[in-house]
Amino acid sequence: MLFFSFFKTLIDEQVIVELKNDMSIRGTLKSVDQFLNIKLDDVSVVDEVKYPHLSAVKNVFIRGSVVRYVHLPGAVVDTALLEDATRKEAASQASKAGGR
Amino acid sequence: MENTDPALLPSIIFTTAAQLVDCVDKKLLVVLRDGRKLIGILRSFDQYANLVLQDTVERIIVQSMYSDIQRGVYIVRGENVVLVGEIEPEKEESIPLKEVSLDEIYAARQDEIDHRRQRELTKNSKLMDIGFSIDTQQDDMY
Repeated sequence: MLFFSFFKTLIDEQVIVELKNDMSIRGTLKSVDQFLNIKLDDVSVVDEVKYPHLSAVKNVFIRGSVVRYVHLPGAVVDTALLEDATRKEAASQASKAGGR
Repeated sequence: MENTDPALLPSIIFTTAAQLVDCVDKKLLVVLRDGRKLIGILRSFDQYANLVLQDTVERIIVQSMYSDIQRGVYIVRGENVVLVGEIEPEKEESIPLKEVSLDEIYAARQDEIDHRRQRELTKNSKLMDIGFSIDTQQDDMY
Protein backbone atom coordinates (compact mmCIF):
# COMPACT_ATOMS: atom_id res chain seq x y z
CA MET A 1 0.00 0.00 0.00
CA LEU A 2 3.07 2.27 -0.06
CA PHE A 3 2.31 3.78 -3.45
CA PHE A 4 -1.31 4.28 -2.53
CA SER A 5 -0.20 6.27 0.53
CA PHE A 6 2.38 8.10 -1.56
CA PHE A 7 -0.19 9.18 -4.13
CA LYS A 8 -2.48 10.35 -1.37
CA THR A 9 0.21 12.82 -0.29
CA LEU A 10 0.15 14.23 -3.84
CA ILE A 11 -3.53 15.12 -3.85
CA ASP A 12 -4.25 18.65 -5.14
CA GLU A 13 -0.96 18.73 -7.04
CA GLN A 14 -0.62 19.24 -10.79
CA VAL A 15 0.39 15.99 -12.50
CA ILE A 16 0.61 14.62 -16.02
CA VAL A 17 -0.67 11.08 -16.47
CA GLU A 18 0.70 9.24 -19.48
CA LEU A 19 -1.48 6.34 -20.62
CA LYS A 20 -0.44 3.17 -22.36
CA ASN A 21 -2.07 4.43 -25.57
CA ASP A 22 0.47 7.32 -25.55
CA MET A 23 -2.12 9.92 -24.57
CA SER A 24 -0.96 12.34 -21.86
CA ILE A 25 -3.42 14.17 -19.65
CA ARG A 26 -2.53 17.11 -17.41
CA GLY A 27 -4.68 17.88 -14.40
CA THR A 28 -5.02 18.32 -10.66
CA LEU A 29 -4.90 15.03 -8.77
CA LYS A 30 -8.20 14.73 -6.94
CA SER A 31 -8.24 11.18 -5.65
CA VAL A 32 -6.52 7.81 -5.83
CA ASP A 33 -7.68 4.39 -4.70
CA GLN A 34 -6.08 1.06 -3.94
CA PHE A 35 -5.92 0.09 -7.65
CA LEU A 36 -4.19 3.41 -8.33
CA ASN A 37 -7.20 4.53 -10.32
CA ILE A 38 -6.74 8.27 -10.63
CA LYS A 39 -9.21 11.10 -10.69
CA LEU A 40 -8.09 14.39 -12.22
CA ASP A 41 -9.76 17.80 -12.19
CA ASP A 42 -9.39 20.69 -14.68
CA VAL A 43 -7.93 18.37 -17.28
CA SER A 44 -6.23 19.27 -20.53
CA VAL A 45 -4.79 16.84 -23.04
CA VAL A 46 -1.15 17.47 -23.87
CA ASP A 47 -1.67 16.82 -27.60
CA GLU A 48 -5.02 18.51 -28.06
CA VAL A 49 -4.95 18.28 -31.86
CA LYS A 50 -4.65 14.51 -31.76
CA TYR A 51 -7.29 13.97 -29.07
CA PRO A 52 -10.00 16.59 -29.64
CA HIS A 53 -12.74 14.57 -27.92
CA LEU A 54 -11.57 15.53 -24.44
CA SER A 55 -11.90 19.28 -24.96
CA ALA A 56 -15.38 19.38 -23.38
CA VAL A 57 -14.37 17.23 -20.41
CA LYS A 58 -13.66 18.82 -17.05
CA ASN A 59 -12.67 15.89 -14.87
CA VAL A 60 -11.63 12.34 -15.65
CA PHE A 61 -11.44 9.02 -13.91
CA ILE A 62 -8.50 7.02 -15.26
CA ARG A 63 -8.39 3.30 -14.66
CA GLY A 64 -5.14 2.36 -12.89
CA SER A 65 -4.44 -0.51 -15.28
CA VAL A 66 -4.02 1.79 -18.30
CA VAL A 67 -1.53 4.19 -16.72
CA ARG A 68 2.06 4.06 -17.93
CA TYR A 69 3.62 6.98 -16.04
CA VAL A 70 2.58 9.72 -13.67
CA HIS A 71 4.78 12.80 -14.07
CA LEU A 72 5.07 14.62 -10.75
CA PRO A 73 6.34 18.06 -9.86
CA GLY A 74 9.74 17.29 -8.32
CA ALA A 75 9.39 19.83 -5.56
CA VAL A 76 6.48 18.08 -3.84
CA VAL A 77 8.21 14.72 -3.42
CA ASP A 78 10.09 14.35 -0.14
CA THR A 79 12.57 11.71 -1.30
CA ALA A 80 14.11 11.26 2.16
CA LEU A 81 10.69 10.55 3.64
CA LEU A 82 9.86 8.21 0.77
CA GLU A 83 13.10 6.33 1.31
CA ASP A 84 12.32 5.94 5.01
CA ALA A 85 8.82 4.73 4.25
CA THR A 86 10.20 2.21 1.75
CA ARG A 87 12.61 0.80 4.33
CA LYS A 88 9.85 0.59 6.92
CA GLU A 89 7.53 -1.15 4.46
CA ALA A 90 10.29 -3.61 3.48
CA ALA A 91 11.04 -4.29 7.16
CA SER A 92 7.39 -4.91 7.98
CA GLN A 93 7.07 -7.20 4.93
CA ALA A 94 10.15 -9.13 6.06
CA SER A 95 8.91 -9.55 9.61
CA LYS A 96 5.52 -10.69 8.31
CA ALA A 97 7.21 -13.26 6.06
CA GLY A 98 9.45 -14.43 8.93
CA GLY A 99 6.48 -14.86 11.25
CA ARG A 100 4.87 -17.42 8.97
CA MET B 1 -10.20 6.37 4.93
CA GLU B 2 -11.37 4.06 7.76
CA ASN B 3 -15.06 4.33 8.35
CA THR B 4 -16.58 3.28 11.62
CA ASP B 5 -20.19 3.69 10.60
CA PRO B 6 -21.53 0.16 9.90
CA ALA B 7 -24.12 1.63 7.55
CA LEU B 8 -21.34 2.54 5.11
CA LEU B 9 -19.77 0.07 2.74
CA PRO B 10 -16.50 -1.57 3.81
CA SER B 11 -13.64 0.85 3.27
CA ILE B 12 -12.01 -1.24 0.54
CA ILE B 13 -15.08 -0.81 -1.69
CA PHE B 14 -15.58 2.68 -0.46
CA THR B 15 -12.37 4.05 -1.95
CA THR B 16 -13.25 3.16 -5.54
CA ALA B 17 -16.87 4.08 -5.11
CA ALA B 18 -15.81 7.51 -3.92
CA GLN B 19 -14.28 8.08 -7.33
CA LEU B 20 -17.20 7.34 -9.60
CA VAL B 21 -20.13 7.97 -7.31
CA ASP B 22 -20.29 11.67 -8.17
CA CYS B 23 -20.45 10.80 -11.88
CA VAL B 24 -23.66 8.79 -11.54
CA ASP B 25 -26.62 10.18 -13.53
CA LYS B 26 -24.29 12.51 -15.40
CA LYS B 27 -23.40 12.54 -19.08
CA LEU B 28 -20.01 10.93 -19.48
CA LEU B 29 -17.48 10.23 -22.17
CA VAL B 30 -16.05 6.73 -21.83
CA VAL B 31 -12.94 5.82 -23.82
CA LEU B 32 -12.41 2.09 -24.34
CA ARG B 33 -9.19 0.20 -24.94
CA ASP B 34 -10.01 -0.37 -28.61
CA GLY B 35 -10.26 3.40 -29.09
CA ARG B 36 -14.04 3.62 -29.14
CA LYS B 37 -15.66 6.62 -27.54
CA LEU B 38 -19.02 6.17 -25.88
CA ILE B 39 -21.13 9.02 -24.60
CA GLY B 40 -23.93 8.13 -22.23
CA ILE B 41 -25.47 8.61 -18.83
CA LEU B 42 -23.81 6.61 -16.06
CA ARG B 43 -26.41 4.63 -14.14
CA SER B 44 -24.29 2.16 -12.18
CA PHE B 45 -20.75 0.95 -11.60
CA ASP B 46 -18.73 -1.29 -9.29
CA GLN B 47 -15.21 -1.59 -7.90
CA TYR B 48 -13.84 -2.95 -11.22
CA ALA B 49 -15.16 0.09 -13.07
CA ASN B 50 -17.76 -2.08 -14.79
CA LEU B 51 -20.23 0.51 -16.03
CA VAL B 52 -23.87 0.73 -17.03
CA LEU B 53 -24.55 3.49 -19.53
CA GLN B 54 -27.96 4.63 -20.69
CA ASP B 55 -28.88 6.43 -23.94
CA THR B 56 -25.41 5.71 -25.22
CA VAL B 57 -24.08 7.02 -28.48
CA GLU B 58 -20.85 5.87 -30.05
CA ARG B 59 -18.90 8.80 -31.44
CA ILE B 60 -16.56 8.14 -34.33
CA ILE B 61 -13.96 10.87 -34.73
CA VAL B 62 -11.75 11.17 -37.79
CA GLN B 63 -9.48 14.22 -37.93
CA SER B 64 -11.85 17.12 -37.31
CA MET B 65 -15.09 15.34 -38.19
CA TYR B 66 -17.36 13.25 -36.05
CA SER B 67 -20.53 11.23 -36.29
CA ASP B 68 -22.73 9.64 -33.64
CA ILE B 69 -24.39 6.22 -33.72
CA GLN B 70 -27.28 5.56 -31.36
CA ARG B 71 -26.49 2.46 -29.29
CA GLY B 72 -28.85 2.35 -26.30
CA VAL B 73 -27.91 0.67 -23.02
CA TYR B 74 -24.37 -0.55 -22.51
CA ILE B 75 -22.79 -2.69 -19.84
CA VAL B 76 -19.06 -2.12 -20.19
CA ARG B 77 -16.70 -4.62 -18.61
CA GLY B 78 -14.25 -2.68 -16.45
CA GLU B 79 -11.07 -4.06 -17.99
CA ASN B 80 -11.91 -2.32 -21.28
CA VAL B 81 -12.26 1.12 -19.75
CA VAL B 82 -9.43 3.58 -20.32
CA LEU B 83 -11.00 6.69 -18.90
CA VAL B 84 -14.29 8.17 -17.86
CA GLY B 85 -14.71 11.90 -18.33
CA GLU B 86 -17.51 14.13 -17.18
CA ILE B 87 -18.76 16.31 -20.05
CA GLU B 88 -19.28 19.98 -19.38
CA PRO B 89 -22.58 20.89 -21.10
CA GLU B 90 -21.50 24.50 -21.70
CA LYS B 91 -18.35 23.44 -23.52
CA GLU B 92 -20.02 20.65 -25.42
CA GLU B 93 -21.32 22.94 -28.16
CA SER B 94 -17.93 24.49 -28.79
CA ILE B 95 -15.94 21.34 -29.52
CA PRO B 96 -13.66 21.93 -32.51
CA LEU B 97 -15.29 19.18 -34.56
CA LYS B 98 -17.77 19.18 -37.40
CA GLU B 99 -20.67 16.74 -37.44
CA VAL B 100 -20.96 14.78 -40.67
CA SER B 101 -23.10 11.89 -41.88
CA LEU B 102 -22.29 8.28 -41.02
CA ASP B 103 -21.37 7.46 -44.61
CA GLU B 104 -18.91 10.31 -44.70
CA ILE B 105 -17.28 9.31 -41.43
CA TYR B 106 -16.96 5.67 -42.49
CA ALA B 107 -15.33 6.75 -45.75
CA ALA B 108 -12.96 9.10 -43.91
CA ARG B 109 -12.05 6.37 -41.45
CA GLN B 110 -11.36 3.89 -44.22
CA ASP B 111 -9.17 6.47 -45.96
CA GLU B 112 -7.21 6.95 -42.79
CA ILE B 113 -6.76 3.21 -42.26
CA ASP B 114 -5.61 2.73 -45.87
CA HIS B 115 -3.26 5.68 -45.60
CA ARG B 116 -1.75 4.33 -42.39
CA ARG B 117 -1.37 0.84 -43.83
CA GLN B 118 0.35 2.25 -46.89
CA ARG B 119 2.77 4.22 -44.74
CA GLU B 120 3.46 1.16 -42.60
CA LEU B 121 4.20 -0.94 -45.70
CA THR B 122 6.60 1.67 -47.06
CA LYS B 123 8.33 1.94 -43.70
CA ASN B 124 8.64 -1.80 -43.32
CA SER B 125 10.08 -2.31 -46.77
CA LYS B 126 12.62 0.47 -46.14
CA LEU B 127 13.57 -1.14 -42.82
CA MET B 128 13.78 -4.55 -44.47
CA ASP B 129 16.17 -3.11 -47.09
CA ILE B 130 18.61 -2.06 -44.43
CA GLY B 131 18.45 -5.38 -42.64
CA PHE B 132 15.87 -5.04 -39.87
CA SER B 133 13.43 -7.83 -39.23
CA ILE B 134 9.83 -6.68 -39.07
CA ASP B 135 7.36 -7.68 -36.43
CA THR B 136 4.08 -7.25 -38.28
CA GLN B 137 1.92 -8.21 -35.31
CA GLN B 138 -0.32 -5.30 -34.47
CA ASP B 139 -0.53 -4.64 -30.77
CA ASP B 140 -3.31 -2.79 -28.98
CA MET B 141 -0.67 -1.25 -26.70
CA TYR B 142 -2.36 -2.24 -23.45
